Amino acid sequence: MRKLLFKSLFFRPLTEAAPSPDDAGLSELAAAVGRAARRRLGRSLSIREVDAGSCNGCELEIHALNNAYYDVERFGLRFVASPRHADVLMVTGPVTKNMREALERTYRATPDPKWVVAIGDCAKDGGCFAGSYAVVGGVGDVVPVDLHIPGCPPTPTAMLKGLLALLEQVDKAAVSP
Amino acid sequence: MLIEKIPGQRVEGHRPAPRVIVSPETWRMLTGELASGRMTLFGLWGDADKVHMALLQDASIVVVTIECRDGKFPSVGQVHPPAIRLERAIHDLCGSESPDLGDQRPWLDHGRWGVKRPLGTRVEVSSISTTYQFLPSEGESLHQIAVGPVHAGIIEPGHFRFTVNGETVVRLEQRLGYVHKGIESLMAGASIEKASRLAGRTSGDSTVAYTLAFANAVEAAAEVQVPPRAVFLRALMAELERLANHFGDIGAICNDASFVLMHAQTGILRERCLRAADVCFGHRLMMDRIVPGGLARDIAPEGQTQLRALIAEIRKVFPQLVELYDNTASLQDRTVSTGFAQPSLVRQYGAGGYVGRASGRAFDARYNLRYAPYDQLSFDIPVLDAGDVDARVWIRIREVDQSLSLIEQILDRLPGGPVGISVDPAGGREGFGVTEAFRGDVLVWVSLAGDRVVRCHLRDPSWFQWPLLEAAIENNIVADFPLCNKSFNCSYSGHDL
Repeated sequence: MRKLLFKSLFFRPLTEAAPSPDDAGLSELAAAVGRAARRRLGRSLSIREVDAGSCNGCELEIHALNNAYYDVERFGLRFVASPRHADVLMVTGPVTKNMREALERTYRATPDPKWVVAIGDCAKDGGCFAGSYAVVGGVGDVVPVDLHIPGCPPTPTAMLKGLLALLEQVDKAAVSP
Repeated sequence: MLIEKIPGQRVEGHRPAPRVIVSPETWRMLTGELASGRMTLFGLWGDADKVHMALLQDASIVVVTIECRDGKFPSVGQVHPPAIRLERAIHDLCGSESPDLGDQRPWLDHGRWGVKRPLGTRVEVSSISTTYQFLPSEGESLHQIAVGPVHAGIIEPGHFRFTVNGETVVRLEQRLGYVHKGIESLMAGASIEKASRLAGRTSGDSTVAYTLAFANAVEAAAEVQVPPRAVFLRALMAELERLANHFGDIGAICNDASFVLMHAQTGILRERCLRAADVCFGHRLMMDRIVPGGLARDIAPEGQTQLRALIAEIRKVFPQLVELYDNTASLQDRTVSTGFAQPSLVRQYGAGGYVGRASGRAFDARYNLRYAPYDQLSFDIPVLDAGDVDARVWIRIREVDQSLSLIEQILDRLPGGPVGISVDPAGGREGFGVTEAFRGDVLVWVSLAGDRVVRCHLRDPSWFQWPLLEAAIENNIVADFPLCNKSFNCSYSGHDL
């Protein structure tokens, strides 16, 4: 292990340069986020991920956000284990009827102010699962959504852009009177 | 009894092997063969008024069918427990009953769909949540821990009910079905193209394996020969998917033993695989790249050099990580002898993938069924007997080496020519396809009418692995559950469908 740790002193980090916030995401967001709430939050954001019925594809790419290339923690974005510690719920999948109540309860367990980010095409309107007897629809059909990041699944870069847009908004609000 | 000689009425339009419609007596006899271990249950699913069962014996797979009388069929699960959950699911989805099955609780149906029997004669019902009766565990100083469906990590939802004595798990009971999306119902009547997209979203981590199994089933039914270049590139994608998932798993298992360094390093290798996939095929997970008839697109011109560079890099870095795993006593302390999956249970359940091969069951669809192009490639199937978390890590480590060698062989002898032909099935036809996903064998069965899917069934390897996790966790401490669970890494979405 020492050898490996020693080597890491000499290698350049793999981390990608930070992408600029996505314009589309920004405008979608601006309308949704309340100013007073933002001021109370500061820069750091705690995220709770909820799989409400996805095929697990989006989860794989959300995981990638934590790897050495994307490293979301450097932006003050952190995944937490409980909705009670979260500012943001990151929800994937078409919401299945069997997960509806769990999603509603997770939302209610998240303290205000809170934001919901819907991840992936299914989270918008059910995607290719829309119309099934077992599917409610998109995340917005169950809890209010502040930002939607499209893709099947969205790449980590796309998610990073969306989350940065969210962060910029939160940040701006924190310094403005 | 040999599965080629099962008595009954043969349905010839069913490929690659005929389907046999059997009498209740033969069905019971086959159930006995399963219980005695002479055959392995490979799938059990319902149709409107029938129940189909796939049986495996050596390298042969046969599908048998029983026509339900008054919506009833003789239970398989009552004498062969691996069928219990499948039978409960058949009842939920199709309505066919097996009255002699001891466990009549619903499985996928949580009482919230607003319909009953969505794949059989559908009945609208008012959506009422029903309470689920967990199996009783009684005794002094026992208490229960309820976990999920929303878990602490970034993982899929499911419920685990632990009964514990102090720190020791006395019983684990799983409750699944939370991510049931009604995929098979959406497929019924869909175009082959739409059904292929759905197959690729049954379990996102195995999208290549699923689209391949679906394509194989459709191509078998339509009697289509895929161009050799497509056959080789499909296997290339499958191995790339296996690599990415194994890297993810090896790291995640170590992470659950608080060994974060390994997780960070394998995370880099996984990311490199996904980026190579993106360069080669234009999608990081390679979704929708395999379609019935061949591939949606050929490998990118710069793809081959990218893959060779990837292989060289993995060969340089990965052995150091393996050495690190092998030489870290504190990590071994957590993985060795933890979560033991009994070889007898693994055989009985026909558990595939690393779960089976870490407990002595030498089955890998690539090797045992020798589907193309694996019949032309040389590779080993690593098998261990220890059956613990450590063995399941080692199987993955050794499979990484095999996949690297397979990718090299494929690149060396990649044939030229087109990567697809049109699939034009006429009339009613049926077929099945089997592929080895990273976690085990996937079975897809399809019935077509022209270019439409009449019925499609997708059986995830997890059906025969989830129940073993319940057994493997017994007498372990609660704190070791994440470790055991990750070493199994069963699919929720693939199982719930």
